[in-house]
Amino acid sequence: MNVNLSTRSTQILNIALADDDEDDRILFKEAIEEIQLKTKLSLFVNGQELMDYLLLPNVILPNLIFLDLNMPIKNGMQCLREIRANPDLSDLSIAIYSTSSSERDIEETFVSGANIYINKPNNFRKLRQVVEKVLQIKWQYHTGNLNRDNFLFRI
Amino acid sequence: MTLFVKYDFNFICKAVLKEQLDAHGISYVLNGMGEVEIKDKLSTGQKEALALALRKYGIEIIADQKTALVQRIKNAIDEMLKDDQARLQKISSYLADKMNYSYTYLSSLFSEATYTSIENFIILRKVDHAKELMANTNLTLTEIAYKLDYSSVAHLSGQFKKTTGLTPTAFQNILEKRKEKSLRL
Repeated sequence: MNVNLSTRSTQILNIALADDDEDDRILFKEAIEEIQLKTKLSLFVNGQELMDYLLLPNVILPNLIFLDLNMPIKNGMQCLREIRANPDLSDLSIAIYSTSSSERDIEETFVSGANIYINKPNNFRKLRQVVEKVLQIKWQYHTGNLNRDNFLFRI
Repeated sequence: MTLFVKYDFNFICKAVLKEQLDAHGISYVLNGMGEVEIKDKLSTGQKEALALALRKYGIEIIADQKTALVQRIKNAIDEMLKDDQARLQKISSYLADKMNYSYTYLSSLFSEATYTSIENFIILRKVDHAKELMANTNLTLTEIAYKLDYSSVAHLSGQFKKTTGLTPTAFQNILEKRKEKSLRL
């Protein structure tokens, strides 16, 4: 009898997006629905809503969070810092999803613990490609034997 | 005070498996490639108890055949990348020989389950290996390129940038700053 082993193999990716722009949320939802990979998406209108959700008791944590940087009430950078400072949330992968392409912003998010930096694409076709690429990479880290300390990508 | 530690995933996995299998009184052989050969038959209760104990360490017993096969392909790729002789072979013939299935079958099964091709996975794996060497050793980029069979530093840097969107220098810079930051906290 042979027993085969793997590290993690849950078949659905739980995704969260925090973005205050309604159009951006709708487009993102449409893009993710067109992708082959099975996902469950939760949407949040600002950072505070996202953090409240993550801290609920018995919550099913998302595997990957897309974070807009500029949001009212609590912005993406504050969320990123709070998530990385909380040991209960240390398994979460975080993709920054922003219109800023300032090298300083980008470096600051990586140093503060972001895994992926995405420049918001300006059309739907590109958005779909970008989301698909991010999910593919995330999937490899989710199911493969890759070292998550080195999970850093700019897309 | 902050301590920095270095670890070997393979070594940890094996140690945990040995410890847990011994604790459950199971006789076994570790076959490498994420496979454990059990000498006697396991009762359902024993298997469940083992699964539960291993889950704490993020190790899962794979139930279905296809997932198991995909995991074996990944493990075989890892072994190939570590083996200087095997790396000279073509990946298609290496995997077909090792797994006893046609490469066409293996590659379509792999793409279906992982949403990426075997070739892409290998690139990702190699780049991941390069990242690990940059993070945990003092090797220079030239030495890393040589070790991972890239023809030149330019080739390694090119593939690294194409795959991760970052240059190796930017990557090292981020890790360095993360370290400084955690030291300040």
